[in-house]
Amino acid sequence: MIDYKTIADLINNIGNIDLAHIINLIPLPNVGAGGGIEPKGSVDFVSTIEFTFIFVLGVGTVFGLGLAFAAKKFPVKMDPRVEQVREVLAGAHCGACGYAGCQQYAEAVVANPDVSPNLCTPGGAKTAELVALISGKKAEAAEPIFSRIMCQGDWLKSAKRFKYEGIEDCRAVVLAGGGDKACVYGCLGYGTCVRACPFNAIHMNEDHLPVVDITKCTGCRKCEAACPKKAIEVLPAGKAVVVTCHSKDRGAETRKKCQVGCIACGVCVKVCPFDAAKVEDSLSRIDLDKCRVCGLCVKKCPTKAIVDYIPERSRAYVLRDKCIGCNMCMKVCPVNAAGGELKKVHTIDQGKCIGCGICTTKCPKQAIDGTFNAQEVFTKAAEKKKKKAA
Amino acid sequence: MHDEFIKLFELFIAASVINNFVFTRFLGLCIFFGVSKKMETAVGMSITFTSVMVVSAALSWILLTYIMIPLDLTFLKIVIFIGIVAAFVQASDTIMRKISPGLYYKLGIYLALISTNCIIIAVPLIMTTEKYNFIESLVFALGSGIGFAISLTIMASIREKLELADVPRPFRGMPIAWITTALIALAFTGFSGLITM
Repeated sequence: MIDYKTIADLINNIGNIDLAHIINLIPLPNVGAGGGIEPKGSVDFVSTIEFTFIFVLGVGTVFGLGLAFAAKKFPVKMDPRVEQVREVLAGAHCGACGYAGCQQYAEAVVANPDVSPNLCTPGGAKTAELVALISGKKAEAAEPIFSRIMCQGDWLKSAKRFKYEGIEDCRAVVLAGGGDKACVYGCLGYGTCVRACPFNAIHMNEDHLPVVDITKCTGCRKCEAACPKKAIEVLPAGKAVVVTCHSKDRGAETRKKCQVGCIACGVCVKVCPFDAAKVEDSLSRIDLDKCRVCGLCVKKCPTKAIVDYIPERSRAYVLRDKCIGCNMCMKVCPVNAAGGELKKVHTIDQGKCIGCGICTTKCPKQAIDGTFNAQEVFTKAAEKKKKKAA
Repeated sequence: MHDEFIKLFELFIAASVINNFVFTRFLGLCIFFGVSKKMETAVGMSITFTSVMVVSAALSWILLTYIMIPLDLTFLKIVIFIGIVAAFVQASDTIMRKISPGLYYKLGIYLALISTNCIIIAVPLIMTTEKYNFIESLVFALGSGIGFAISLTIMASIREKLELADVPRPFRGMPIAWITTALIALAFTGFSGLITM
Protein backbone atom coordinates (compact mmCIF):
# COMPACT_ATOMS: atom_id res chain seq x y z
CA MET A 1 0.00 0.00 0.00
CA ILE A 2 1.29 3.44 -0.86
CA ASP A 3 1.01 5.96 1.84
CA TYR A 4 -0.32 9.24 0.39
CA LYS A 5 1.40 11.17 3.15
CA THR A 6 4.84 9.85 2.11
CA ILE A 7 4.30 10.90 -1.49
CA ALA A 8 3.25 14.33 -0.39
CA ASP A 9 6.38 14.58 1.74
CA LEU A 10 8.53 13.50 -1.22
CA ILE A 11 7.02 16.15 -3.43
CA ASN A 12 7.63 18.75 -0.75
CA ASN A 13 11.24 17.65 -0.36
CA ILE A 14 12.05 17.85 -4.11
CA GLY A 15 11.85 21.61 -3.82
CA ASN A 16 14.66 21.91 -1.30
CA ILE A 17 17.14 19.20 -2.33
CA ASP A 18 20.72 19.96 -1.37
CA LEU A 19 22.78 19.08 -4.48
CA ALA A 20 26.13 19.33 -2.69
CA HIS A 21 24.89 16.91 -0.06
CA ILE A 22 23.93 14.30 -2.72
CA ILE A 23 27.29 14.58 -4.49
CA ASN A 24 29.04 14.00 -1.16
CA LEU A 25 27.00 10.84 -0.73
CA ILE A 26 28.34 9.29 -3.99
CA PRO A 27 31.27 7.07 -2.92
CA LEU A 28 34.64 7.94 -4.41
CA PRO A 29 36.40 5.08 -6.14
CA ASN A 30 38.78 3.56 -3.65
CA VAL A 31 39.42 -0.11 -4.38
CA GLY A 32 41.55 -0.73 -7.42
CA ALA A 33 39.45 1.56 -9.50
CA GLY A 34 41.33 3.33 -12.23
CA GLY A 35 44.66 2.72 -10.61
CA GLY A 36 47.52 0.52 -11.64
CA ILE A 37 47.39 -3.19 -11.97
CA GLU A 38 47.36 -3.79 -8.23
CA PRO A 39 44.27 -2.68 -6.38
CA LYS A 40 44.96 0.34 -4.22
CA GLY A 41 43.40 1.60 -1.07
CA SER A 42 42.49 4.94 -2.56
CA VAL A 43 43.12 7.01 -5.63
CA ASP A 44 43.94 10.66 -5.80
CA PHE A 45 41.04 11.80 -7.96
CA VAL A 46 42.36 15.18 -9.05
CA SER A 47 45.81 14.04 -10.07
CA THR A 48 44.36 11.05 -11.95
CA ILE A 49 42.15 13.35 -13.97
CA GLU A 50 45.08 15.66 -14.61
CA PHE A 51 47.30 12.81 -15.76
CA THR A 52 44.51 11.43 -17.90
CA PHE A 53 44.16 14.70 -19.74
CA ILE A 54 47.89 15.17 -20.13
CA PHE A 55 48.48 11.58 -21.19
CA VAL A 56 45.65 11.33 -23.73
CA LEU A 57 46.51 14.72 -25.16
CA GLY A 58 50.19 13.79 -25.25
CA VAL A 59 49.59 10.46 -26.96
CA GLY A 60 47.26 12.12 -29.44
CA THR A 61 49.79 14.84 -30.19
CA VAL A 62 52.68 12.39 -30.58
CA PHE A 63 50.68 10.13 -32.90
CA GLY A 64 49.35 13.06 -34.85
CA LEU A 65 52.79 14.60 -35.30
CA GLY A 66 54.22 11.19 -36.19
CA LEU A 67 51.61 10.60 -38.86
CA ALA A 68 52.00 14.11 -40.23
CA PHE A 69 55.75 13.58 -40.34
CA ALA A 70 55.33 10.22 -42.10
CA ALA A 71 52.97 11.75 -44.63
CA LYS A 72 55.42 14.60 -45.28
CA LYS A 73 58.50 12.41 -45.38
CA PHE A 74 57.07 9.68 -47.58
CA PRO A 75 54.80 11.44 -50.05
CA VAL A 76 53.52 9.42 -52.95
CA LYS A 77 52.75 11.57 -55.95
CA MET A 78 49.30 10.62 -57.09
CA ASP A 79 47.93 11.68 -60.41
CA PRO A 80 44.69 13.51 -59.54
CA ARG A 81 43.14 11.95 -62.60
CA VAL A 82 43.40 8.53 -60.97
CA GLU A 83 41.03 9.65 -58.27
CA GLN A 84 38.63 11.08 -60.83
CA VAL A 85 38.68 7.92 -62.91
CA ARG A 86 38.17 5.88 -59.76
CA GLU A 87 35.02 7.83 -59.03
CA VAL A 88 33.39 7.30 -62.41
CA LEU A 89 34.11 3.58 -62.46
CA ALA A 90 31.36 1.24 -61.36
CA GLY A 91 33.20 0.46 -58.12
CA ALA A 92 32.14 -3.17 -58.04
CA HIS A 93 35.72 -4.50 -57.97
CA CYS A 94 34.42 -7.21 -60.26
CA GLY A 95 37.71 -7.73 -62.10
CA ALA A 96 36.04 -7.74 -65.52
CA CYS A 97 38.67 -5.27 -66.73
CA GLY A 98 41.45 -7.74 -65.94
CA TYR A 99 42.83 -5.76 -63.01
CA ALA A 100 42.67 -6.61 -59.32
CA GLY A 101 40.27 -3.81 -58.52
CA CYS A 102 38.88 -0.47 -59.65
CA GLN A 103 41.84 1.40 -58.15
CA GLN A 104 44.35 -0.68 -60.09
CA TYR A 105 42.47 -0.21 -63.33
CA ALA A 106 42.17 3.53 -62.72
CA GLU A 107 45.93 3.78 -62.21
CA ALA A 108 46.68 1.67 -65.26
CA VAL A 109 44.31 3.56 -67.53
CA VAL A 110 45.80 6.91 -66.56
CA ALA A 111 49.45 5.84 -66.57
CA ASN A 112 49.56 3.52 -69.54
CA PRO A 113 48.49 4.88 -72.94
CA ASP A 114 47.88 1.35 -74.24
CA VAL A 115 45.18 0.54 -71.71
CA SER A 116 41.80 1.04 -73.27
CA PRO A 117 39.24 3.21 -71.43
CA ASN A 118 36.31 0.92 -72.25
CA LEU A 119 37.27 -2.03 -70.08
CA CYS A 120 34.78 -1.32 -67.30
CA THR A 121 31.96 -3.66 -68.34
CA PRO A 122 29.44 -2.88 -65.58
CA GLY A 123 29.93 0.85 -66.17
CA GLY A 124 29.05 0.53 -69.84
CA ALA A 125 29.43 3.08 -72.59
CA LYS A 126 28.81 6.09 -70.36
CA THR A 127 31.68 5.20 -68.04
CA ALA A 128 33.95 4.47 -70.98
CA GLU A 129 33.26 7.94 -72.32
CA LEU A 130 33.98 9.63 -69.00
CA VAL A 131 37.15 7.60 -68.43
CA ALA A 132 38.31 8.49 -71.91
CA LEU A 133 37.58 12.16 -71.27
CA ILE A 134 39.59 12.18 -68.03
CA SER A 135 42.50 10.12 -69.27
CA GLY A 136 42.65 11.90 -72.61
CA LYS A 137 41.99 8.84 -74.72
CA LYS A 138 39.61 8.07 -77.51
CA ALA A 139 36.48 6.28 -76.44
CA GLU A 140 35.74 3.34 -78.61
CA ALA A 141 32.66 1.39 -77.83
CA ALA A 142 33.57 -2.19 -77.07
CA GLU A 143 32.65 -4.51 -79.90
CA PRO A 144 29.42 -6.36 -79.15
CA ILE A 145 29.72 -10.07 -78.48
CA PHE A 146 27.23 -12.76 -79.40
CA SER A 147 26.66 -16.37 -78.43
CA ARG A 148 27.61 -18.79 -81.18
CA ILE A 149 26.38 -22.37 -81.05
CA MET A 150 29.42 -24.47 -81.82
CA CYS A 151 27.53 -27.39 -83.29
CA GLN A 152 25.34 -27.85 -86.35
CA GLY A 153 24.55 -31.48 -85.72
CA ASP A 154 20.80 -31.38 -85.28
CA TRP A 155 18.84 -34.59 -84.76
CA LEU A 156 18.61 -35.26 -88.52
CA LYS A 157 22.30 -34.73 -89.29
CA SER A 158 23.83 -36.54 -86.33
CA ALA A 159 23.60 -40.08 -85.00
CA LYS A 160 22.33 -41.15 -81.58
CA ARG A 161 23.72 -43.90 -79.37
CA PHE A 162 20.48 -44.75 -77.59
CA LYS A 163 16.96 -43.58 -77.08
CA TYR A 164 16.68 -41.19 -74.15
CA GLU A 165 13.46 -40.98 -72.21
CA GLY A 166 13.36 -38.70 -69.21
CA ILE A 167 13.55 -35.07 -68.20
CA GLU A 168 13.87 -32.91 -71.28
CA ASP A 169 16.87 -30.89 -70.17
CA CYS A 170 20.45 -31.17 -71.38
CA ARG A 171 21.78 -31.16 -67.83
CA ALA A 172 19.64 -34.21 -67.02
CA VAL A 173 20.44 -35.94 -70.31
CA VAL A 174 24.15 -35.55 -69.79
CA LEU A 175 23.87 -37.59 -66.59
CA ALA A 176 22.74 -40.57 -68.64
CA GLY A 177 26.11 -41.75 -69.83
CA GLY A 178 27.14 -38.37 -71.18
CA GLY A 179 24.05 -37.93 -73.33
CA ASP A 180 22.27 -39.80 -76.07
CA LYS A 181 24.23 -38.24 -78.91
CA ALA A 182 26.91 -40.32 -80.63
CA CYS A 183 29.23 -37.29 -80.66
CA VAL A 184 30.21 -36.45 -77.10
CA TYR A 185 31.19 -32.89 -78.01
CA GLY A 186 28.00 -31.78 -79.70
CA CYS A 187 24.79 -30.02 -78.76
CA LEU A 188 22.27 -32.38 -77.16
CA GLY A 189 19.32 -30.33 -78.33
CA TYR A 190 17.16 -30.36 -75.21
CA GLY A 191 17.04 -26.60 -74.92
CA THR A 192 18.75 -25.78 -71.62
CA CYS A 193 20.26 -22.69 -73.23
CA VAL A 194 16.83 -21.52 -74.39
CA ARG A 195 15.58 -21.55 -70.83
CA ALA A 196 18.81 -20.01 -69.50
CA CYS A 197 18.63 -17.01 -71.84
CA PRO A 198 17.17 -14.02 -69.99
CA PHE A 199 16.58 -12.11 -73.23
CA ASN A 200 14.65 -14.74 -75.20
CA ALA A 201 17.38 -14.62 -77.80
CA ILE A 202 17.65 -18.39 -78.34
CA HIS A 203 15.00 -20.66 -79.78
CA MET A 204 15.12 -24.29 -80.93
CA ASN A 205 14.52 -25.03 -84.58
CA GLU A 206 12.35 -27.99 -85.59
CA ASP A 207 15.38 -30.28 -85.75
CA HIS A 208 16.37 -29.55 -82.16
CA LEU A 209 19.24 -27.18 -82.70
CA PRO A 210 19.38 -23.84 -80.88
CA VAL A 211 19.38 -20.70 -83.00
CA VAL A 212 20.68 -17.40 -81.63
CA ASP A 213 18.84 -14.22 -82.56
CA ILE A 214 21.69 -11.73 -82.64
CA THR A 215 19.32 -8.76 -82.49
CA LYS A 216 18.41 -9.85 -78.95
CA CYS A 217 21.65 -11.47 -77.78
CA THR A 218 23.64 -9.28 -75.37
CA GLY A 219 26.58 -11.62 -74.86
CA CYS A 220 25.78 -12.12 -71.17
CA ARG A 221 27.27 -15.62 -71.22
CA LYS A 222 24.38 -17.17 -69.27
CA CYS A 223 23.89 -19.82 -71.98
CA GLU A 224 27.61 -20.47 -72.16
CA ALA A 225 27.58 -21.27 -68.45
CA ALA A 226 24.39 -23.34 -68.63
CA CYS A 227 25.41 -25.63 -71.51
CA PRO A 228 26.65 -28.91 -70.01
CA LYS A 229 28.47 -29.77 -73.23
CA LYS A 230 30.22 -26.38 -73.41
CA ALA A 231 28.98 -26.18 -76.98
CA ILE A 232 28.34 -22.43 -76.82
CA GLU A 233 31.04 -19.82 -77.21
CA VAL A 234 30.63 -16.08 -76.86
CA LEU A 235 32.59 -14.39 -79.63
CA PRO A 236 33.05 -10.85 -80.96
CA ALA A 237 30.42 -9.93 -83.53
CA GLY A 238 32.97 -9.02 -86.18
CA LYS A 239 34.55 -12.46 -86.20
CA ALA A 240 31.74 -13.96 -88.18
CA VAL A 241 33.48 -16.99 -89.70
CA VAL A 242 33.55 -19.78 -87.15
CA VAL A 243 34.28 -23.51 -87.17
CA THR A 244 31.04 -24.59 -85.51
CA CYS A 245 32.25 -27.92 -84.24
CA HIS A 246 34.00 -29.02 -81.08
CA SER A 247 34.60 -32.65 -82.01
CA LYS A 248 38.06 -33.87 -81.19
CA ASP A 249 37.31 -37.34 -82.55
CA ARG A 250 39.39 -38.45 -85.48
CA GLY A 251 38.03 -37.53 -88.90
CA ALA A 252 36.56 -40.90 -89.84
CA GLU A 253 34.84 -41.23 -86.49
CA THR A 254 33.39 -37.74 -86.68
CA ARG A 255 32.10 -38.53 -90.15
CA LYS A 256 30.24 -41.60 -88.87
CA LYS A 257 28.62 -39.67 -86.05
CA CYS A 258 27.71 -36.45 -87.78
CA GLN A 259 27.31 -35.07 -91.28
CA VAL A 260 28.45 -31.57 -90.42
CA GLY A 261 31.37 -32.19 -88.10
CA CYS A 262 34.93 -31.00 -88.61
CA ILE A 263 36.90 -33.96 -89.95
CA ALA A 264 40.23 -32.15 -89.70
CA CYS A 265 40.92 -32.51 -93.43
CA GLY A 266 42.99 -29.33 -93.37
CA VAL A 267 41.45 -27.73 -96.45
CA CYS A 268 40.76 -24.56 -94.48
CA VAL A 269 44.42 -24.42 -93.46
CA LYS A 270 45.49 -24.69 -97.08
CA VAL A 271 43.12 -22.11 -98.50
CA CYS A 272 43.31 -19.50 -95.77
CA PRO A 273 45.19 -16.52 -97.22
CA PHE A 274 45.90 -15.13 -93.75
CA ASP A 275 47.17 -18.30 -92.00
CA ALA A 276 44.34 -18.09 -89.49
CA ALA A 277 43.09 -21.68 -89.61
CA LYS A 278 44.91 -24.37 -87.71
CA VAL A 279 44.17 -28.04 -87.11
CA GLU A 280 44.87 -29.28 -83.64
CA ASP A 281 43.59 -32.44 -81.92
CA SER A 282 41.63 -33.37 -85.05
CA LEU A 283 39.77 -30.10 -84.92
CA SER A 284 40.15 -26.97 -86.95
CA ARG A 285 40.18 -23.67 -85.12
CA ILE A 286 40.26 -20.20 -86.62
CA ASP A 287 42.55 -17.73 -84.91
CA LEU A 288 40.25 -14.78 -84.35
CA ASP A 289 43.10 -12.29 -84.35
CA LYS A 290 44.36 -13.36 -87.73
CA CYS A 291 41.05 -14.07 -89.44
CA ARG A 292 39.98 -11.32 -91.83
CA VAL A 293 36.56 -12.86 -92.36
CA CYS A 294 37.08 -13.42 -96.11
CA GLY A 295 34.86 -16.49 -96.08
CA LEU A 296 37.00 -18.59 -98.39
CA CYS A 297 37.20 -21.54 -95.98
CA VAL A 298 33.41 -21.53 -95.65
CA LYS A 299 33.14 -22.22 -99.38
CA LYS A 300 35.86 -24.86 -99.38
CA CYS A 301 34.94 -26.84 -96.26
CA PRO A 302 33.79 -30.28 -97.48
CA THR A 303 31.48 -30.93 -94.54
CA LYS A 304 30.15 -27.36 -94.22
CA ALA A 305 31.42 -27.30 -90.65
CA ILE A 306 32.49 -23.67 -91.02
CA VAL A 307 29.71 -21.14 -90.82
CA ASP A 308 29.65 -17.63 -92.19
CA TYR A 309 27.41 -15.37 -90.09
CA ILE A 310 27.60 -12.49 -92.58
CA PRO A 311 24.43 -12.73 -94.64
CA GLU A 312 25.68 -10.84 -97.72
CA ARG A 313 29.24 -10.05 -98.66
CA SER A 314 30.33 -7.26 -100.96
CA ARG A 315 31.57 -8.76 -104.21
CA ALA A 316 34.61 -7.69 -106.20
CA TYR A 317 34.29 -5.73 -109.45
CA VAL A 318 36.87 -4.54 -111.97
CA LEU A 319 37.69 -0.86 -112.40
CA ARG A 320 37.67 -0.83 -116.19
CA ASP A 321 40.02 2.12 -116.67
CA LYS A 322 42.74 0.64 -114.51
CA CYS A 323 42.73 -2.99 -115.63
CA ILE A 324 45.59 -3.90 -117.97
CA GLY A 325 44.51 -7.48 -118.64
CA CYS A 326 47.38 -9.20 -116.89
CA ASN A 327 45.42 -12.32 -115.98
CA MET A 328 46.62 -12.14 -112.37
CA CYS A 329 43.13 -12.16 -110.90
CA MET A 330 42.22 -15.20 -112.96
CA LYS A 331 45.24 -17.05 -111.62
CA VAL A 332 44.62 -16.29 -107.97
CA CYS A 333 40.82 -16.52 -107.81
CA PRO A 334 39.96 -19.58 -105.68
CA VAL A 335 36.45 -19.91 -107.11
CA ASN A 336 37.17 -19.11 -110.77
CA ALA A 337 34.98 -16.04 -110.75
CA ALA A 338 37.42 -13.85 -112.70
CA GLY A 339 37.49 -14.25 -116.45
CA GLY A 340 38.59 -12.57 -119.66
CA GLU A 341 41.35 -12.62 -122.21
CA LEU A 342 44.95 -11.49 -121.91
CA LYS A 343 45.51 -7.75 -122.60
CA LYS A 344 41.78 -7.14 -122.40
CA VAL A 345 39.66 -5.82 -119.53
CA HIS A 346 38.68 -8.68 -117.23
CA THR A 347 35.32 -9.29 -115.64
CA ILE A 348 34.32 -10.90 -112.39
CA ASP A 349 31.32 -13.17 -112.27
CA GLN A 350 29.16 -11.74 -109.47
CA GLY A 351 27.40 -15.06 -109.07
CA LYS A 352 30.59 -16.95 -108.37
CA CYS A 353 32.55 -14.32 -106.42
CA ILE A 354 32.62 -14.84 -102.65
CA GLY A 355 34.27 -11.52 -101.85
CA CYS A 356 37.42 -13.06 -100.42
CA GLY A 357 39.54 -10.12 -101.57
CA ILE A 358 42.53 -12.15 -102.76
CA CYS A 359 42.45 -10.66 -106.26
CA THR A 360 42.26 -7.16 -104.79
CA THR A 361 45.53 -7.78 -102.95
CA LYS A 362 47.24 -9.42 -105.90
CA CYS A 363 46.19 -7.04 -108.69
CA PRO A 364 49.33 -5.05 -109.67
CA LYS A 365 47.29 -2.00 -110.71
CA GLN A 366 44.77 -1.90 -107.85
CA ALA A 367 42.05 -2.34 -110.44
CA ILE A 368 39.68 -4.46 -108.34
CA ASP A 369 37.34 -2.74 -105.94
CA GLY A 370 34.36 -3.71 -103.85
CA THR A 371 35.87 -6.25 -101.47
CA PHE A 372 36.25 -5.76 -97.73
CA ASN A 373 39.98 -5.08 -98.01
CA ALA A 374 39.92 -2.80 -101.08
CA GLN A 375 40.25 0.46 -99.16
CA GLU A 376 43.21 -0.83 -97.18
CA VAL A 377 45.02 -2.12 -100.26
CA PHE A 378 44.52 1.17 -102.09
CA THR A 379 45.90 3.32 -99.27
CA LYS A 380 48.91 1.06 -98.90
CA ALA A 381 49.65 1.32 -102.63
CA ALA A 382 49.28 5.10 -102.52
CA GLU A 383 51.76 5.28 -99.63
CA LYS A 384 54.24 3.15 -101.50
CA LYS A 385 53.95 5.42 -104.50
CA LYS A 386 54.55 8.45 -102.35
CA LYS A 387 57.68 6.89 -100.88
CA LYS A 388 58.96 6.04 -104.31
CA ALA A 389 58.36 9.57 -105.55
CA ALA A 390 60.14 11.00 -102.51
CA MET B 1 67.86 -19.98 -18.93
CA HIS B 2 66.67 -23.37 -20.12
CA ASP B 3 63.49 -23.09 -18.11
CA GLU B 4 62.90 -19.65 -19.57
CA PHE B 5 62.91 -21.04 -23.09
CA ILE B 6 60.56 -23.85 -22.17
CA LYS B 7 58.20 -21.35 -20.60
CA LEU B 8 58.29 -19.14 -23.72
CA PHE B 9 57.71 -22.16 -25.95
CA GLU B 10 54.74 -23.20 -23.83
CA LEU B 11 53.40 -19.67 -24.06
CA PHE B 12 53.77 -19.78 -27.84
CA ILE B 13 51.97 -23.12 -28.17
CA ALA B 14 49.26 -21.98 -25.77
CA ALA B 15 48.67 -18.78 -27.72
CA SER B 16 48.72 -20.37 -31.17
CA VAL B 17 46.77 -23.61 -30.81
CA ILE B 18 45.41 -24.25 -27.33
CA ASN B 19 43.87 -20.82 -26.92
CA ASN B 20 43.57 -20.21 -30.64
CA PHE B 21 41.85 -16.85 -31.05
CA VAL B 22 39.42 -17.99 -33.71
CA PHE B 23 38.56 -21.51 -32.66
CA THR B 24 38.77 -21.25 -28.88
CA ARG B 25 38.21 -17.61 -27.99
CA PHE B 26 35.93 -16.89 -30.99
CA LEU B 27 37.44 -13.52 -31.77
CA GLY B 28 38.19 -11.92 -35.13
CA LEU B 29 35.45 -13.84 -36.88
CA CYS B 30 34.56 -11.10 -39.35
CA ILE B 31 38.02 -11.09 -40.90
CA PHE B 32 38.20 -14.84 -40.55
CA PHE B 33 35.12 -15.33 -42.71
CA GLY B 34 35.86 -12.38 -44.92
CA VAL B 35 39.26 -13.34 -46.24
CA SER B 36 39.23 -17.12 -45.99
CA LYS B 37 37.63 -17.57 -49.39
CA LYS B 38 40.92 -17.78 -51.25
CA MET B 39 44.29 -19.14 -50.20
CA GLU B 40 46.17 -16.19 -51.64
CA THR B 41 44.30 -13.55 -49.65
CA ALA B 42 44.41 -15.75 -46.54
CA VAL B 43 48.19 -15.95 -46.67
CA GLY B 44 48.55 -12.21 -47.32
CA MET B 45 46.24 -11.41 -44.45
CA SER B 46 48.10 -13.78 -42.11
CA ILE B 47 51.46 -12.18 -42.80
CA THR B 48 50.14 -8.64 -42.36
CA PHE B 49 48.17 -9.60 -39.30
CA THR B 50 51.04 -11.28 -37.47
CA SER B 51 53.49 -8.45 -38.10
CA VAL B 52 51.03 -5.75 -37.03
CA MET B 53 50.19 -7.77 -33.95
CA VAL B 54 53.80 -8.16 -32.80
CA VAL B 55 54.68 -4.51 -33.34
CA SER B 56 51.53 -3.17 -31.72
CA ALA B 57 52.03 -5.50 -28.75
CA ALA B 58 55.56 -4.17 -28.30
CA LEU B 59 54.41 -0.53 -28.51
CA SER B 60 51.54 -1.16 -26.13
CA TRP B 61 53.79 -2.88 -23.62
CA ILE B 62 56.26 0.00 -23.60
CA LEU B 63 53.55 2.61 -23.20
CA LEU B 64 51.79 0.55 -20.54
CA THR B 65 54.83 -0.21 -18.42
CA TYR B 66 56.61 3.10 -18.54
CA ILE B 67 53.78 5.57 -18.55
CA MET B 68 50.39 4.10 -17.78
CA ILE B 69 51.24 1.96 -14.74
CA PRO B 70 53.42 4.59 -12.98
CA LEU B 71 50.74 7.22 -13.55
CA ASP B 72 47.85 4.92 -12.50
CA LEU B 73 46.20 5.29 -15.87
CA THR B 74 45.58 1.66 -16.80
CA PHE B 75 41.84 2.28 -17.02
CA LEU B 76 42.64 4.07 -20.26
CA LYS B 77 44.15 0.99 -21.83
CA ILE B 78 41.37 0.21 -24.33
CA VAL B 79 41.35 3.75 -25.73
CA ILE B 80 45.13 3.98 -25.84
CA PHE B 81 45.66 0.55 -27.37
CA ILE B 82 43.17 1.27 -30.12
CA GLY B 83 44.98 4.54 -30.74
CA ILE B 84 48.34 2.80 -30.90
CA VAL B 85 47.15 0.18 -33.37
CA ALA B 86 45.36 2.70 -35.56
CA ALA B 87 48.31 5.09 -35.61
CA PHE B 88 50.79 2.31 -36.29
CA VAL B 89 48.69 0.86 -39.10
CA GLN B 90 48.21 4.28 -40.67
CA ALA B 91 51.93 5.08 -40.43
CA SER B 92 53.01 1.74 -41.88
CA ASP B 93 50.45 2.19 -44.65
CA THR B 94 51.98 5.55 -45.59
CA ILE B 95 55.56 4.36 -45.33
CA MET B 96 54.98 1.08 -47.13
CA ARG B 97 53.28 2.84 -50.03
CA LYS B 98 56.40 4.91 -50.56
CA ILE B 99 59.15 2.43 -49.81
CA SER B 100 57.81 -0.73 -51.37
CA PRO B 101 54.77 -0.29 -53.60
CA GLY B 102 54.89 -3.97 -54.55
CA LEU B 103 54.43 -5.06 -50.96
CA TYR B 104 51.78 -2.38 -50.54
CA TYR B 105 49.66 -3.79 -53.35
CA LYS B 106 50.08 -7.30 -51.98
CA LEU B 107 49.34 -6.56 -48.32
CA GLY B 108 48.21 -2.93 -48.09
CA ILE B 109 44.55 -3.67 -48.71
CA TYR B 110 44.47 -5.79 -45.56
CA LEU B 111 46.03 -3.07 -43.40
CA ALA B 112 42.88 -0.96 -43.38
CA LEU B 113 40.84 -3.97 -42.29
CA ILE B 114 43.19 -4.68 -39.43
CA SER B 115 43.18 -1.30 -37.67
CA THR B 116 39.97 -1.98 -35.73
CA ASN B 117 40.20 -5.74 -35.47
CA CYS B 118 39.29 -7.34 -32.16
CA ILE B 119 42.18 -9.83 -32.02
CA ILE B 120 44.68 -7.03 -32.45
CA ILE B 121 43.18 -5.19 -29.49
CA ALA B 122 42.68 -8.40 -27.48
CA VAL B 123 46.39 -9.26 -27.53
CA PRO B 124 47.58 -6.19 -25.54
CA LEU B 125 44.58 -6.42 -23.23
CA ILE B 126 45.23 -10.07 -22.37
CA MET B 127 48.92 -9.35 -22.03
CA THR B 128 48.08 -6.61 -19.53
CA THR B 129 45.92 -8.83 -17.33
CA GLU B 130 48.38 -11.71 -17.50
CA LYS B 131 51.23 -9.32 -16.59
CA TYR B 132 53.63 -10.61 -19.21
CA ASN B 133 57.11 -9.11 -19.45
CA PHE B 134 58.41 -7.66 -22.70
CA ILE B 135 59.74 -10.90 -24.23
CA GLU B 136 56.71 -12.84 -23.12
CA SER B 137 54.44 -10.23 -24.68
CA LEU B 138 56.27 -10.50 -27.99
CA VAL B 139 56.10 -14.30 -27.94
CA PHE B 140 52.44 -14.18 -27.00
CA ALA B 141 51.68 -11.78 -29.87
CA LEU B 142 53.67 -13.88 -32.32
CA GLY B 143 51.94 -17.04 -31.15
CA SER B 144 48.52 -15.43 -31.52
CA GLY B 145 49.43 -14.25 -35.01
CA ILE B 146 50.65 -17.69 -36.03
CA GLY B 147 47.51 -19.19 -34.51
CA PHE B 148 45.36 -16.86 -36.59
CA ALA B 149 47.42 -17.72 -39.66
CA ILE B 150 46.90 -21.44 -39.00
CA SER B 151 43.16 -21.04 -38.69
CA LEU B 152 42.95 -18.84 -41.79
CA THR B 153 44.93 -21.24 -43.97
CA ILE B 154 42.99 -24.27 -42.71
CA MET B 155 39.72 -22.50 -43.45
CA ALA B 156 40.84 -21.19 -46.85
CA SER B 157 41.97 -24.60 -48.01
CA ILE B 158 38.68 -26.14 -46.93
CA ARG B 159 36.61 -23.39 -48.51
CA GLU B 160 38.43 -23.67 -51.81
CA LYS B 161 37.35 -27.31 -51.88
CA LEU B 162 33.85 -26.42 -50.68
CA GLU B 163 33.36 -24.36 -53.83
CA LEU B 164 33.33 -27.60 -55.78
CA ALA B 165 31.29 -29.62 -53.31
CA ASP B 166 27.62 -30.34 -53.79
CA VAL B 167 26.29 -28.44 -50.78
CA PRO B 168 22.52 -28.39 -50.22
CA ARG B 169 21.22 -25.09 -51.49
CA PRO B 170 20.16 -23.48 -48.16
CA PHE B 171 23.63 -24.15 -46.77
CA ARG B 172 25.66 -22.65 -49.59
CA GLY B 173 28.06 -19.82 -48.75
CA MET B 174 28.14 -18.53 -45.19
CA PRO B 175 26.10 -21.28 -43.43
CA ILE B 176 28.40 -24.09 -44.50
CA ALA B 177 31.39 -21.93 -43.58
CA TRP B 178 30.03 -21.53 -40.05
CA ILE B 179 29.35 -25.26 -39.76
CA THR B 180 32.87 -26.00 -40.94
CA THR B 181 34.26 -23.53 -38.41
CA ALA B 182 32.30 -25.20 -35.62
CA LEU B 183 33.70 -28.59 -36.60
CA ILE B 184 37.26 -27.27 -36.67
CA ALA B 185 36.66 -25.60 -33.29
CA LEU B 186 35.56 -28.96 -31.90
CA ALA B 187 38.75 -30.48 -33.24
CA PHE B 188 40.77 -27.69 -31.62
CA THR B 189 39.35 -28.55 -28.20
CA GLY B 190 41.54 -31.62 -28.51
CA PHE B 191 44.53 -29.37 -27.86
CA SER B 192 43.27 -28.37 -24.42
CA GLY B 193 45.29 -30.13 -21.76
CA LEU B 194 48.30 -30.33 -24.02
CA ILE B 195 50.23 -28.26 -21.50
CA THR B 196 49.48 -28.60 -17.82
CA MET B 197 50.67 -25.71 -15.78
